[in-house]
Order: sequence, then structure tokens, then C-alpha cells
Amino acid sequence: MTAAAAPHDAGLHAGHDDRPWLRRYVFSTDHKTIGIQFLFLSLTFLLLGGLMAMVIRWQLGFPGTPVPGGSILPDAMAPGGVIRPSFYNALVTMHGTFMIFFAVMPLLTGVFANYLIPLKIGAPDMAFPRLNMWSFWLMIPAGTLALAGFFVEGGSAASGWTAYAPLSNSPLYTGVSAGQILWCVAIIIFGASSLLGSVNYIATVVNLRAPGMTWMRLPLSVWALFITAILALLAVPILAGAIIMLLFDQVLGTHFYLPTGGGQPLLWQHLFWFFGHPEVYILILPAMGIVSDVIANGSRKPIFGYTSMVFAIGGIAGLGFMVWGHHMFVSGMNPTLGTSFMASTMLIAVPTSIKVFNWLGTMWRGNIHFHVPMLNAIGFLSMFVIGGLSGIFMAATPVDMYIHDTYFIVAHIHYVLFGGSLFAAFAGIYYWFPKMFGREMHDGLGRWHFGLTFVFYNLTFFPMHLLGLGGHMRRLYDPTQYPFLAPMQPINVFVSVSAFLLMAAQLPFVWNFFWSLFRGPKAPLNPWRDNSLEWTVPSPPPHGNFVETPTVYRGPYEYSVPGEPEDFLPQDRPAPARQEAH
Amino acid sequence: MHWWIPTNASSYGGDVDRIFYIILYITGFVFLVVEGGLLVFLVRYRRREGRTAAYIHGNNTAEIIWTTIPAVIVVMLALLSQKVWSTVKDPAHFPADAIPIGVHVKQFEWQFTMPGPDGKLGTDDDIFRKNELHLVVGRNYAVQLTSQDVIHSFFIPAFRLKQDVVPGMTIVAWFRPILTGAFDLACAQLCGVGHYRMQATVYVHSAEDFARWQTAQGAPATAAPVATDTTMGSMAMPHSGGTR
Repeated sequence: MTAAAAPHDAGLHAGHDDRPWLRRYVFSTDHKTIGIQFLFLSLTFLLLGGLMAMVIRWQLGFPGTPVPGGSILPDAMAPGGVIRPSFYNALVTMHGTFMIFFAVMPLLTGVFANYLIPLKIGAPDMAFPRLNMWSFWLMIPAGTLALAGFFVEGGSAASGWTAYAPLSNSPLYTGVSAGQILWCVAIIIFGASSLLGSVNYIATVVNLRAPGMTWMRLPLSVWALFITAILALLAVPILAGAIIMLLFDQVLGTHFYLPTGGGQPLLWQHLFWFFGHPEVYILILPAMGIVSDVIANGSRKPIFGYTSMVFAIGGIAGLGFMVWGHHMFVSGMNPTLGTSFMASTMLIAVPTSIKVFNWLGTMWRGNIHFHVPMLNAIGFLSMFVIGGLSGIFMAATPVDMYIHDTYFIVAHIHYVLFGGSLFAAFAGIYYWFPKMFGREMHDGLGRWHFGLTFVFYNLTFFPMHLLGLGGHMRRLYDPTQYPFLAPMQPINVFVSVSAFLLMAAQLPFVWNFFWSLFRGPKAPLNPWRDNSLEWTVPSPPPHGNFVETPTVYRGPYEYSVPGEPEDFLPQDRPAPARQEAH
Repeated sequence: MHWWIPTNASSYGGDVDRIFYIILYITGFVFLVVEGGLLVFLVRYRRREGRTAAYIHGNNTAEIIWTTIPAVIVVMLALLSQKVWSTVKDPAHFPADAIPIGVHVKQFEWQFTMPGPDGKLGTDDDIFRKNELHLVVGRNYAVQLTSQDVIHSFFIPAFRLKQDVVPGMTIVAWFRPILTGAFDLACAQLCGVGHYRMQATVYVHSAEDFARWQTAQGAPATAAPVATDTTMGSMAMPHSGGTR
């Protein structure tokens, strides 16, 4: 079979692969290659977003002093290495933009949905491999355009990742013109990429499940990625529409969000958060799915309450569309509306606690193996609990009135997106690295990476709760300007130093990743003794994945089945020994 | 070093703090139970030779318990919050005797128009100040918030009050200071390059102090805008506020 003759047709079989180099590694339609491409891209953007955070933390910890090595920055950003307020606002904006749109979202959906869905459901590839390729290649111009903002006149977008109108509408207010337009175009292209991916994930899970892979035998990671794709499909077009209107306001002179022409600034917030809240769940649900797989595997026990786990994912996703107004309690929106959004927001605590207690139930009476992915999954669980509980404070309208737009919110979102999403992403990378590259990562380095990250992560983000309770506003260039914030400066210094150490703690990961990529020992077929279908094929799996379409006989969490010789029972093994006796 | 909620200085701030502490105790308890349980499981069920994990798929009673308990708790919290929220934000519950104050904001300045002795806005004796607001302790105030350019946010940490100021809208917020002193007023919404220095001071006077200050202003509003710190210097400013 040649590449020209539709490499993804129904007759695709694993095995001989004579695609030309360019179609194999660059413009590939193979979901595994695309997943790995997303991995490299999102980790690069993660590093960029992290570096921006370091500069932000320098300014907050040591306001007005030159950033070490900052003298290489142009005068428009940091004359003599001292950050300008305009550059600070740009950094805050782009840190959020890069982390959310170009790092965490592609890291969780781009990487794991692409790589895992076909392998875990027993499919040869995605339903629409060419759309899938487009989904990746659109991310390159999107990220590049967003980054280009730093190098145009006026600098990059500086109105926050939330781009509140009318601040984002006009260069009159920020001094930024081209940068904000580039931001809009970048996010619109990102939206297209995300939609193409989502359509693909949904179609694949619905249509390409192997015989016997019923809905209630799907791994929770696949369930989570599937529901995430539905969320993205419904939410991202709203964002794109809102940004197209913003772009029209900027370049065509319309007044969608400008009150001077009859527009309404709050319209932007309603549209943005109608996307923005589901987006938070787009960033956390895949993490929950990955962690569910890893915790069951590490505990050598079936997942506790599989059915309620599935319904909890659906419940979180459904409620996610009814809570956007909790970002707007003090926005000037009708206070009665605030009350209804408080009620719906509080309800999210219910499916969320179902998940947390079920993970604990999974570990209860288990035989817990502390492998590196499991450590990161435990990190996820313990940190996500903090992020979830701190969310209750801001769901309560009167308390939110005080802590809204303070560092309490910054602490909360980082407990969810770093403590939650990123620990899960690390768990996923450590877990499926052997599958992706056929080599094992170094165990000791992985443990050091987890331990140091866990400690410095908490030292960085926990004190932010205290700053927020002291009233410390977010997106603030120089807190020492305020008499009531100046006494809290030692906390800011402590947070900044911890943040630098947190960044340094990623070095073992980077070294481990690249060293293992080339020098790691060859991975056995099923290093974690897992039940899921991807561990029945060689690592890395051949083009087309399965030589023969597998048949599925049971769910993915049959660990420690009584009477079995081993403590795991793969999904495609015909019948357990004890049933053969029947 | 101060690292906790500043001393409350408004009539409803105590209620806000009470809800905060209720949530803190409940979440603190849940935190200890969950993280404690996690730790116990990690130690007790760690891998050991000869151990086999229990083959359990779930337990419906347990699922019902940990669905119901959080639901009851959050409904209770929502009801508690609702009462305070409507006191603070619902225009139907605003005190009728509140003294109006005009707050007009632009990048990066607060402009306050305070009524003169006649207690009304829009008359000749209005007092105009940039970045400083003068109030009498124990009186109700209704600030009418308008913005000239972008969204700003009217935030007085000691009053526990935050309200965005949106161009094209006039939003009213009320409060009653209960402590005298000087308190910080900050812009809490990113509003541009000078956002970080968009601050003002709220001076809460005793009735006598305020009368002295008001008399010292004398001239009508139109003449006042430039006068700022000079008049303040001669005044005995109480600094009993808890924010410093």
C-alpha cells in the first residue's frame, strides 16, 4: 500500500510501511505521529509560558530591579533590564494565553486524545486522518502569530488572556494595536484547530470501537476525552464568534462592545465566559481520565464506581455550561442572576466530590505500586482537592465580592491547572512514554522530578491564597505602590524564589525526556501490566496499529481478579480461566 | 507582616467574613478528612509481598452518601450567602437614607463628587476631589459609578466591597463605614498601563472632623478640583483603620 492510495482507508493494516519520509514524520496523517508532534509543540509552548511566568515573578518579587539577563530585551520591553508596566501587562496576557490555549489544552487533548483514542478503542487510526493533520498544522501558525505580537510595534496584546472589552477594543486604551489583532487571529486559528480535533475524536469514539468495546467498557480516559471533545465543539465556536466581533470592532469600526456606539462591554464577558468556563473543564476532564486509568493500575484494583465516574464526567460537563456568570458576580450584572449562578456553581461540588471519593475508594484495600505515573496521579488528586475546595469560596457571592480579581483566584486556578492538569499530564507522559517511543524513562530522575515539583509547586502557589486574602489584586505591576500591600511583600519574595526553584525542578524532566528518547532501555511490551488494548501491540505501534482488529471481552479495570494467575486481565483475552470451567 | 483579611470597617463586612470563616471551617475539615484518608490509604495499602488487592467494583450506599452530603452542604452555603449578597448588591435592599456620591473613573484616576452641606449632588456646594474620598463614620453612602473609558473596579478591601465600573452603565453600590481612619481604594480590574497606580484613599471621619473638613473646603465645586493634599495636611487625621 502506498501513501497516495489513501493510507487511512478501511483496509489499513499494521505492518509494512512505505510512506515517504515527509508523509511519515512531518505531514503525517497517522494519529500516533500527530500525537507526538503535539507533545513536542505543547511542551515547547509550556516552556515559553513558564519563562514568561519567571519574568512576571521577578517583577513581583523584586519590583523595579533589572531582570537577570534582561538586558538582552529591547528598550520597548525592559530598558536596562527593568520591566516596563506595558511589557508586564503583555507578559501576564501572553502567559495565560500560551498556557491555556497552546500548552495545557494541546498537551491534554492534542497529545492524549490523538495518541490514545484509536489505540485504546482498537481502531487503526482516527475517523478523519487528514482533518487530524490539519488540526496539528493549524496550531503552528496560531502559536507563531500569538508569539509574533511581542515583536510588532506597540508590543503584544496586553489586556489579559480574558481580553475584556473595551480595553481590548482600541489602541487608545492600551497602546497596543497590531499585537491585539494578532492575538485575535491566533485564537481564531486555534479555534479551528480545536474544532477539527474535536470532530475527529467524537466521530472516532462513536464509530471505530472494536467489536465488544461497548460504551461501558471504555477506559475512563477515553470517556473523558470524548466528553471533552463535545465540550470543545460546543464552546469554542462561541469564543471564535466573540473574537470575530472584537476583531471587527478593532479593524472595521463596529461597536459590538463599545458603549459609545450603542455596544455593551458586558456582552463580551458573557460570550467569553460562556466559552471560558467549559474551557476550564476542557482542561481538567482529560486529566481526570488519565488519572483514573493510572490510579486503578497503580492500586491494582478495579476503578471504584465506574458508572458513577462516567456520569460525574457528564455532570461536570453539563453543569459547565450553566455557570459562566460566576466569573461576573461583581461585573455589574443583575445581582439576582448572580444568585442563580451561585446555585449552579455550588452544584459542581457534587460530581467533583463523587470523583474524588471514587479515586480514594479505588485505593482503599488496594496493593498500591508507587511507580512514577502513580506518584504524579496522587499529586494530582491531593492538589486537585485543594483547588476544588478553594473554588467554594469564590462560588459564594459575598466572599467572591472580596476575593474576586485577587491572588486567591490566581492560587485557585493554578491549583486546578498546574496541580491538577499538569500533574496529570506528567503522569500521562511517564505512563505512555514507553508506548510512544519504545523506551523507558529513568525511574530515579522521574521520582526526583515529582518530589521537587510537588514541594516547590506548593511553596509557590499556596502562599498566593494568603496574598489574596490580604486583598492583593492580580495583574498588578508593582504591589509595593499600595500602602496596604507593601507589608505583604516578603510573601511575594518567597513566592518568587519558590517559583524559580519550581522552574529549576523541571530540569530532571527535560534531561530524562531527551536522554530516554535516545538512550533509554528498551521497554517491555506491557511495562505497567495494564489491561488496555494499546499494551497488546508493539511499542511504538506500527502504522495501522493492530495486525488484526482485536475483540474486547471486558472493561479495562479488571485487576486482581480472584482465581487469575496474574493481577491483571487484558481486555482482549478471550475468557478468564475461572469461566472456562463453566 | 500582614497576611490575612484586613480588619473589617463596614457594616456588612462582618457578615462577609462570617461566611468566609464558615466555608473555611467546612473546607478545612473536608481537606483534613480527604488528605488524611489519602495518606492513611497510601501507607496502609502500599505494595507488599503476598498482598492482593480486593476485587471490588464499587458500593452504591457509599456513592449515595458522598453524593448527598456535599449536596446538602453546598445548598446550605448558597442559602447563607444569598442573604448577605442581597443585602449588599440588591438595589431593593439599599438603605433609603444613603448619601449619594458621584464616582467617575478614567484611566487612571478616581474623581469623587461629594455633596456639600445640602446633602444633594448636582448643586453648587458639591465638593470635588481626585483620588480621595471623605466620609462620615456610621452614615450610609450610595456611590454612583461611571467610567469614561474602560472597565475599572471599585475595591475597598476594608469594606469587603468590590464593584466593577462599566462604561455605558451607571452602577450604584452602597456601604456604611463603621471605623474611622484612612483606607485604601484600589482598581481591581486590569485597565491599562497605569492600572497598578490607580489608587485612592478613603478617609472616614467622625462627624465633628468631617464638619471641620467640609467647612475648610468652602468654595464651590468648580473651584475645588486642584486642591488636594494642602487641605489634608492641616487636618487632624485619625488613623485608627485596620488596613495599615
